Amino acid sequence: MPKDSGIGASSKRREDIRFLTGDGNYTDDINIHGQAYVYFLRSDIAHGTLNSVNTDAAATMDGVVKIFTGADFEAVGSIPCGWQITDKHGEVMQEPRHPVLAHGKVRHVGEPIAAVVAETLEQARDAAEAIEVDISELPAVVSMKDAVKEGATKVHDDLTSNLCYDWGFVEENKGAVDQAFKDAAHVTTLELVNNRLVANPMEPRVAVGDFARGTGDHTLYTTSQNPHVIRLLMGAFVLGIPEHKLRVVAPDVGGGFGTKIFHYQEEAFVTFAAKACNRAVKWTSSRSEAFMSDAHGRDHVTKIQLALDKDNNFTALRTDTYANMGAYLSTFAPSVPTWLHGTLMAGNYKTPLIYVNVKAVFTNTVPVDAYRGAGRPEATYQLERLVDKTAHELGVDPIKLRRQNFITEFPYATPVAVEYDTGDYVATMDKLEEIADVAGFAARRKESEAKGKLRGFGVNCYIEACGIAPSNLVGQLGARAGLYESATVRVNATGGLVVMTGSHSHGQGHETTFAQVVAEMIGIDESMVEIVHGDTARVPMGMGTYGSRSLAVGGSAMVRATEKIIAKARKIASHLLEASETDVELKDGAFTVAGTDKSVAWGDVTLAAYVPHNYPLEDIEPGLEETAFYDPSNFTYPSGAYACEVELDPETGQVTIERFSAADDFGNIVNPMIVTGQVHGGLAQGIGQALMENCSYDSDGQLLSASYMDYAMPRASDLPFYDVDHSCQTPCTHNPLGVKGCGEAGAIGSPPAVVNAVLDAMRSGGKDVGHIDMPVSPHRVWEAMNS
Amino acid sequence: MTQVKMTVNGKPASGDVEGRTLLVQFLREDLGLTGTHVGCDTSQCGACVVHVNGQAVKACTMLAIEAEGAEVATIEGQAAADGTLNTIQQAFQDHHGLQCGFCTPGMVMSAAALLKDNPKPTVAEVRHYLDGNICRCTGYHNIVKAIMAASGQDVAAIAAE
Repeated sequence: MPKDSGIGASSKRREDIRFLTGDGNYTDDINIHGQAYVYFLRSDIAHGTLNSVNTDAAATMDGVVKIFTGADFEAVGSIPCGWQITDKHGEVMQEPRHPVLAHGKVRHVGEPIAAVVAETLEQARDAAEAIEVDISELPAVVSMKDAVKEGATKVHDDLTSNLCYDWGFVEENKGAVDQAFKDAAHVTTLELVNNRLVANPMEPRVAVGDFARGTGDHTLYTTSQNPHVIRLLMGAFVLGIPEHKLRVVAPDVGGGFGTKIFHYQEEAFVTFAAKACNRAVKWTSSRSEAFMSDAHGRDHVTKIQLALDKDNNFTALRTDTYANMGAYLSTFAPSVPTWLHGTLMAGNYKTPLIYVNVKAVFTNTVPVDAYRGAGRPEATYQLERLVDKTAHELGVDPIKLRRQNFITEFPYATPVAVEYDTGDYVATMDKLEEIADVAGFAARRKESEAKGKLRGFGVNCYIEACGIAPSNLVGQLGARAGLYESATVRVNATGGLVVMTGSHSHGQGHETTFAQVVAEMIGIDESMVEIVHGDTARVPMGMGTYGSRSLAVGGSAMVRATEKIIAKARKIASHLLEASETDVELKDGAFTVAGTDKSVAWGDVTLAAYVPHNYPLEDIEPGLEETAFYDPSNFTYPSGAYACEVELDPETGQVTIERFSAADDFGNIVNPMIVTGQVHGGLAQGIGQALMENCSYDSDGQLLSASYMDYAMPRASDLPFYDVDHSCQTPCTHNPLGVKGCGEAGAIGSPPAVVNAVLDAMRSGGKDVGHIDMPVSPHRVWEAMNS
Repeated sequence: MTQVKMTVNGKPASGDVEGRTLLVQFLREDLGLTGTHVGCDTSQCGACVVHVNGQAVKACTMLAIEAEGAEVATIEGQAAADGTLNTIQQAFQDHHGLQCGFCTPGMVMSAAALLKDNPKPTVAEVRHYLDGNICRCTGYHNIVKAIMAASGQDVAAIAAE
């Protein structure tokens, strides 16, 4: 029987009520009395010398409060990067200064040059049109391979080249890997592009800065996945505001998908300008601005090779990737193609030798950073496309080849420095074959062919790593932050609880699921537990939500804090019951002396904590509030197997998704309804990448896909119903809930299945092209079919 | 500045607007009805859908002065006076048809317009009708299910959980 509350129940989401009635509180809904508005004048040139910015005429226009240019920020810090990579020669990466407003040079279309603060947004925009900008255009660096050629134009004149780093992993394995390729019975080679994407949360970014001159207190309201991280990065590194004088609030946030992790110039600007203008300053991004200022995702160009012995066992893997950093290093950009990508190259397979090379490159494009999956989709795509290509070259069944090479014993230490604690790749593949109805495919293909269509079936596996940790390890790898999480549990006198969590919910439903966990631990109704997040003034500390870490890391901190609460409440209860602590047990919201009917209700214990008349004051303090920090000992490793079935119209090249099946292992699950929804959303983004989405620049560095007219966002009619199963569960061994992350799996696991299915459909039509790049648009398919 | 008067969610509303003020700006900034959202600037995303004289309209595509004298309905007016969700809103909660909630007001208003004209749509009709509403969180599975459920159809037979 499914449970109707607590851990394992599909509790309906409490946050839905405000979102369904227009009562949400998103950042753009926040207006501060007397606020002014800022409009950023952005570069329409990809690369050039900024000779002058003349604001004289604009400054006299109606409503203008103040106009800022790069010169106003010369004494202000650089927008910081949170991860330093050390390359294969032991050198640290090249790290350019990232100004709040462009100074000296512009380096990508969309870079802010000037900021007009005015009484209304319309007045600010009108005045911006009167600013005279003189730029001497320079050749734009767009192609990564051209960018690292000898004599290439440099994006940053003070760096030695456009190469940010040249990373080798694991460098000591390289010789053995190369030898294994020489000894191989078969080698498969694949060159591919992981297309550049724009995350596109439906809520554009917004930032409102406020300043109280009387106290010197700054407040920033911002669309962030991690307000405490912004407080530290912006306060300490950019503006020099100590944390106790800076409050950062990320209220209801309308989706993030990674792109709202990072600290952006606009946040620093409104905070700075609020003080300079002595009034609140608000910035609301338009969607067009979002396309040229939100960090982009993916954009890897890769050559990958697999070596096999005569029995089709994988013996070695090597991969060379060019990873686009864009014009500046966004907050976590350097970590994405390295530690979040190279460490995943073993996938689900016991390949004994692996070598990964990544060259990170500066170009005159918008900075690139983590987007849903961040490194793991890039790893999964190249590996699972390669395994499929290998199977076809060898003439063996792609599922059989995968099964033959699966890791089957856990824990398993990969040759790329991580240890998978649990998993059962055979079980998820078995489940996939069942839900995808592999046996019925031949009949479905015949039906499609009767309509003049081609039908293809594609499969892939994935492994991913969530909840990046532990802090001491990631510090060695170059992280400039800890990756723990904290929670404070405050119990009120009448028994209700408030959990202040450093995790941030922007669609994931934490207010519901976190309450389910605490309610179950104490045995009280979920409605007695309130979840507070997203405000540095209310939550003591937090590292935020990304990398599918919230329940595994933030949830674990909450469990630890709740355990402390229960331990103290038990002391109080044993005093009230005049019993030994060891005899007192908590069940269904009451403390009972084991084996007796002597009992005291939760609410009586909590009341005693705050009205301590009958209370062990000599042993414990009054009150009931506890904090815990949780620093995981390892990542969690969700895994699964996905299958896609497409229909291809050979006349037009149009591909439609007919079925998509996903069998995932997320360990234990708190709210199955929410987990399923997370997978649905991830699948839509992965299918979108595979079939439709592409962020495109021309050779001058002009962004061609800068609106929803040009960037193909998946619509309802582009996507199918999905078959999602998460009944295969191997609980995580090292966190208290046994949970793994589920937020990114769908986006990580789905693109190769789609492309494998399209190639299968083409083969069934007599055309074996070996590979086709994403997005698999009708144009590309038709060209491949008719080449 | 021009004065506009209209009825919003059954109550009279008025204000002074510039000629270029969009209906969505008037609703959000003048009337404080921030449930209607702005997700793009090319009339593609549908986060701003409201009803004007019973028709679904993207409030970013209409000037406030064009709504002079009109009956406007927004997400804030959809639940009952005591807060009880209407059938569509309840179906969205029951079927987890929303995550971040940003596209949700537009989705609910579009769904209401669809079901008014087509009380028992097919799945294909629902998907086609939502062409002007973009959601980035749900992959649409549960939105389509919610709308089918709101139309009184058996969703268990239509799609997996």
